[in-house]
Amino acid sequence: MSSQANNTDGHNIDRDRLVDLYRTMRRIRAFEEAAEKASISGQVGGAVHLSIGQEAVAAGVCANLRRSDQITTTHRGHGHCIAKGTDPGAMMLELFGKEGGTCGGKGGSMHIADFEVGMLGANGVVAAGLPIAVGAAHGAKLMGEDRVIVCFFGDGAINRGPFMEALNWATVFTLPVLFVCEQNGFASTTHSDAVTGGDGANARAESLGVEAHTVDGNDVAAVDGLVADLIPRIRGGSGPIFLSANTYRLKGHTSMDPALYRDQDKVAAQWEVDPLIRAGSELRRLGLADSDLAAIDSAATGEMDRVTEAADAADTPALEHAFADIQDIGAPVWEAQS
Amino acid sequence: MSTMSIISYQEAGRQAVAEEMRRDKRVWALGEDLGRGGVFGQYKGMVEEFGPERIADTPISEATIMGAAVGAALVGTRPVVEMRFADFALCAVDEMVNQAAKARFMFGGQARVPMVIRQPSGMWRSSAAQHSQSLEAWYIHIPGLVVAAPYTPADNKGLLKSAIRCDDPVIYIEHKSNWELEGEVPDDDDYLVPLGPARLAREGSDITLVTWSKMVGEAEQAAVLAAEQGIEIEIIDLRTLWPWDQDMVFSSVAKTKRLMVVHEAVQVGGFGAEIAATVAEHMAHVLVAPIRRLGAPRAPISYAKPLEDLLRITPEKIVTVAQGQMTI
Repeated sequence: MSSQANNTDGHNIDRDRLVDLYRTMRRIRAFEEAAEKASISGQVGGAVHLSIGQEAVAAGVCANLRRSDQITTTHRGHGHCIAKGTDPGAMMLELFGKEGGTCGGKGGSMHIADFEVGMLGANGVVAAGLPIAVGAAHGAKLMGEDRVIVCFFGDGAINRGPFMEALNWATVFTLPVLFVCEQNGFASTTHSDAVTGGDGANARAESLGVEAHTVDGNDVAAVDGLVADLIPRIRGGSGPIFLSANTYRLKGHTSMDPALYRDQDKVAAQWEVDPLIRAGSELRRLGLADSDLAAIDSAATGEMDRVTEAADAADTPALEHAFADIQDIGAPVWEAQS
Repeated sequence: MSTMSIISYQEAGRQAVAEEMRRDKRVWALGEDLGRGGVFGQYKGMVEEFGPERIADTPISEATIMGAAVGAALVGTRPVVEMRFADFALCAVDEMVNQAAKARFMFGGQARVPMVIRQPSGMWRSSAAQHSQSLEAWYIHIPGLVVAAPYTPADNKGLLKSAIRCDDPVIYIEHKSNWELEGEVPDDDDYLVPLGPARLAREGSDITLVTWSKMVGEAEQAAVLAAEQGIEIEIIDLRTLWPWDQDMVFSSVAKTKRLMVVHEAVQVGGFGAEIAATVAEHMAHVLVAPIRRLGAPRAPISYAKPLEDLLRITPEKIVTVAQGQMTI
């Protein structure tokens, strides 16, 4: 199937639904801004990869999933977690390396997982989530469960071997996977175009028999509308579908990366079409009052301020957790330090 | 009491997987050429019994065989991964080391990764440098993994069944030159050999010889030769390499006061070094001779038989080391 583009123009979306999507995006943005601040201040020690500018993909895709559906994500995965329903409080505790974090403080930003809501884990290795996602789908199929698995990854991942292997696998076994390639323009700090041969992600997907679509990934209504069509088909047994979401990484590779390797005029232009601005304009056009938008914004900021303060005040994990949950057989023995 | 049958090491492994698949619908196997019975015949007849969904013929995509198994394990199935040759598992190291071994820990205990990774290992019929390796030490080094390497057919059944029932990822090393080895194996569907404890393969009073996998056979032949010279070798078949049975090794060394470790893998950085160092740290005061290791030279394995044979650990080489230990 040929690629198709969707956009908000001519796309009817219910105002209440767009409000919900906007709220999700705003909560992601507020979380990321709080995380960025805590990273720069040194309160968050490890690397933080921000998804600022990419919120529409997370919000638009996950709004179409059931709680029992599952996702895998990447090092740049905070938005996907929030959109899938993970508690930002537990996420922020995790970033701070504190007790009560999603992973008890043992994973950090790059390994947030929340199996209760179907968030099967962020991954620190580019493209590593693809085989895991197809395996989760394979497991669902074996057990006769009608779950859909969404695999989020970036355009940098399409140059790793597991990308090809996993897409082929999903086709061969007709697995219920939606592959979502967030085309944010960068592979770490290198322009993706400079290191990618051929006609890109969709051409590669189609060459492996995977139906591929393209969407304006900064238009949350367009993402939502297209994914709303795709998920029931996948659940119904269509096999895997591939979605390229064109977006832009407004920040550097990590919170510490000033990203001076790119054209600052282009970056400035991208800020003008960021998904929150676009969804906000659409909501105003649909009659939402500025005060209602502002209330959503301040609620999100307030929520993330609170979780950041709570994370700062929380305790670090007990030392014995360094030796816990390694394995049942042959685990190291914790000896309390005197 | 359970009846016994004389079956091969390979058939023992086949029975283990088949029995566990009958017992637990979540167990399935995936790998290349499984539909025709596996490259060595380890899955013979299984697709007929269990169907192609549970005996899954996969693309030649080792990284995704392993990674998909991780994903399928995370959502509640219990995959048995067939890697065909241990050497090919190197195409899937990220999935074993960064994913399978780490998921439970780095997700704070939310997930388990119950999977078995079968890795046919070792020298076999002039298979040269990419089809002959013994790489167990690499996996023993990785927190999160259990490593087993059975020698007897009975252990291949009982340990593989335990590995499938275990919630940890288990690297399961079967020696290719052992496929046809026959021995008594219990018919009992619940015959389990626990992961961890070693097996005392032969009692002896003079030297403790610690080994595993195919080298147990060489050690047993060596012990017969040594006995003719009045040297009594006690052989411990570790069978599980991580965790390894320190208690059995320590109590044997306390008796014999001498330790030799033998493995087919390259001696440098091999698991023998860990065993030797551990015994030295705890028991140097009881030893009457230096600990000796016997492993392969640090050379790739050749194709030409005389060159391949040069790297083999033989009973004669073991006896020579034993004689040296007794004359100190």
